[in-house]
Amino acid sequence: MSRVLLIEDDKDVRDGLALALTWQGHTVRAVESGELGLSALADDPTDVVVLDLMLPGIDGFEVCRRIRADTNLPIIMVTARNDDLDVVGGLEAGADDYVVKPVQARVLEARIRAVLRRVGTDARPDAEPSAVARHGTLDIDRAGLVVSKHGGPISLAPTELRLLLELSAAPGRVLSRQQLLESVWEQAYLGDSRLVDACVQRLRAKIEDDPANPRYVQTVRGFGYRFGPL
Amino acid sequence: MIQRVLAPIRGLRVRLLLGFAGLCIITATLVAGGMYVYARRVILQQAQDSAVFALTKQIRSVYPLHTLPPNQQSLAVIQDGLVTKDSSVRVEYGNQSVGNRDAASLISADLRAEISKGHVAWQRVDWSGAPGLVVGTELMVKGANGDVRSSGVDVFAFYDLGAEAQSIAQLAYLAWGIGAVVLVMAMLLAIAVARSVLGPVRELRTAAGRLGAGELSTRVPVRGSDELAEVAQTFNNTAQALEGHVVELRRMEADARRFVADVSHELRTPLAAMIAVVDVLDEQAAQLPELTGEAVRLVSQGTHNLTRLVNDLIEVTRFDSGTAALALDEIDLAVAIMATLRARGWSGEVRTDLPGGVLARVDPRRLDVIVANLVGNALRHGAPPVTVRLRTEPGWLIVEVGDHGPGLSDEVLPKVFNRFYKADTARTRSEGSGLGLAISWENARLHRGSLVAANQPGGGALFTLRLPLIEVTE
Repeated sequence: MSRVLLIEDDKDVRDGLALALTWQGHTVRAVESGELGLSALADDPTDVVVLDLMLPGIDGFEVCRRIRADTNLPIIMVTARNDDLDVVGGLEAGADDYVVKPVQARVLEARIRAVLRRVGTDARPDAEPSAVARHGTLDIDRAGLVVSKHGGPISLAPTELRLLLELSAAPGRVLSRQQLLESVWEQAYLGDSRLVDACVQRLRAKIEDDPANPRYVQTVRGFGYRFGPL
Repeated sequence: MIQRVLAPIRGLRVRLLLGFAGLCIITATLVAGGMYVYARRVILQQAQDSAVFALTKQIRSVYPLHTLPPNQQSLAVIQDGLVTKDSSVRVEYGNQSVGNRDAASLISADLRAEISKGHVAWQRVDWSGAPGLVVGTELMVKGANGDVRSSGVDVFAFYDLGAEAQSIAQLAYLAWGIGAVVLVMAMLLAIAVARSVLGPVRELRTAAGRLGAGELSTRVPVRGSDELAEVAQTFNNTAQALEGHVVELRRMEADARRFVADVSHELRTPLAAMIAVVDVLDEQAAQLPELTGEAVRLVSQGTHNLTRLVNDLIEVTRFDSGTAALALDEIDLAVAIMATLRARGWSGEVRTDLPGGVLARVDPRRLDVIVANLVGNALRHGAPPVTVRLRTEPGWLIVEVGDHGPGLSDEVLPKVFNRFYKADTARTRSEGSGLGLAISWENARLHRGSLVAANQPGGGALFTLRLPLIEVTE
């Protein structure tokens, strides 16, 4: 199915998650520290990273940033709590999604699948073929899943790309955070809106000329986000 | 009624004032009155004595009496010899009289009787409105054989005691004046004493109020070494002891809470390993031999329950430590509540009245926790139909979850949000962690809202969630 890199310092948890994910058909490489995780990434092809934030040595946030510096690999972080600064910090560092420990393998697996669906290979078969939409200086190739700005391609993480596609599908239409959580993160019920906010921040940093004064992804106070109008 | 009328009089200040005034009036009356009476007597006595002395001295100068029985003329001679500038004189012999005719009425029968015995007698009289004194005596003559016999001539001298009366009146005025001054001074003194007593008392009262309100560091100044200072010192000692106890209790409570938090976090790691693999167990249990499969299912179920309990415990400890935070989002309440019901497969079991378009800023996860706990609770313990109703009031959004079961007894009602409170002792633990309603209540409070349990008029429990409605506007 997919190749999962699991970075978790506690042996029992690591073994348990590795066992469960393996049983569900994933190829799992489990390591106990951020350093080992980063070198494993360099060695083996990987589809998704499951990253515990509390690690000895370099912590999960740093690992996240270093992975993001090189690749757009999907990252799911494992956090101790769901309402503290860890979540925000992890999302700002570039994580695509998070689960709260203790986590049932089924839940983690569902998130892995969801995040993998955002990755180019199996994304949006129903997209308009080879229609390249131009918005200002931004070119969005919905079929080829390529986004360029001033003619040069922009490297977007899968979640960022999916969010941009979702928003730009209907320029000018306001989408609420919960709608975006459902369509992009595939969260069936009330999700954490900080996922959307953090991803919007990262997306703006990449596509906007002035991220503090966004043109493409605009905040509609009290409602959500909107693409344009330009 | 009487109590209310008397109440102001019972105040310490009024009592002190009344006490001082009463004491002052009694003392002033006794002292001034006594002095007055005594001084009056002394003054009058002196006036009397000097009048008697003066008359007897004058009388010597009119001897020898020339004719006896005296005629009108010789009486006039006697009268003339006795008159002084201070007195007027009346001389009588039988029915003849000389001088001060009006004064005859002032001479009482008693006085005449006394005189007839040969004494010098006197009597105070009211001399046409002014105090006066009548001194009378009978002139005696010595016979040729040397015996003394009465001459039958009575002499009465009238003295005006106006000056003395004025002195006495002045004395009385003085006594009253001094009494009044003393009274005023006593009142001032009473006020000063009251203030010196009531000041510390008021300080104590204020301090006790503050202490009661939870300001345990409250102390009062200790001035001097009187009884009030002792009370203040005792108050301070008590407050200090109380503060110490409370600090100790808080420390113990904080320790207990930290212990629970630590335990919960410690439990989480092994649980994380266990819960990770229960899906594998669940899947395989069906293919295992009967007993082994049953054992596996038990382990799996226990792990799920334990995970829920630990998660709830961690949630509770985060409320206790004040680290729980809201992650607010603007959501459509009806959509959110429907999502909660759908996610748990309750959509078909619950009657909903959820008008769309109610937008509010809430923490979606916490709202989900509250609604799920309330509805889950109603489904487990109440009787169908379970209803979920959404409505708004100015400034508030209200979610009501009701059922049609027996409702909550008076005994249960106040405790229903207590941690681990089980209304039905026979209930099994597997139905919930026992923290669900407590967590819901805390979540409502974190939103600055409230969660209240009550019984519906038609029977059944009704939980009302009120959250501040921050209208979403662009």
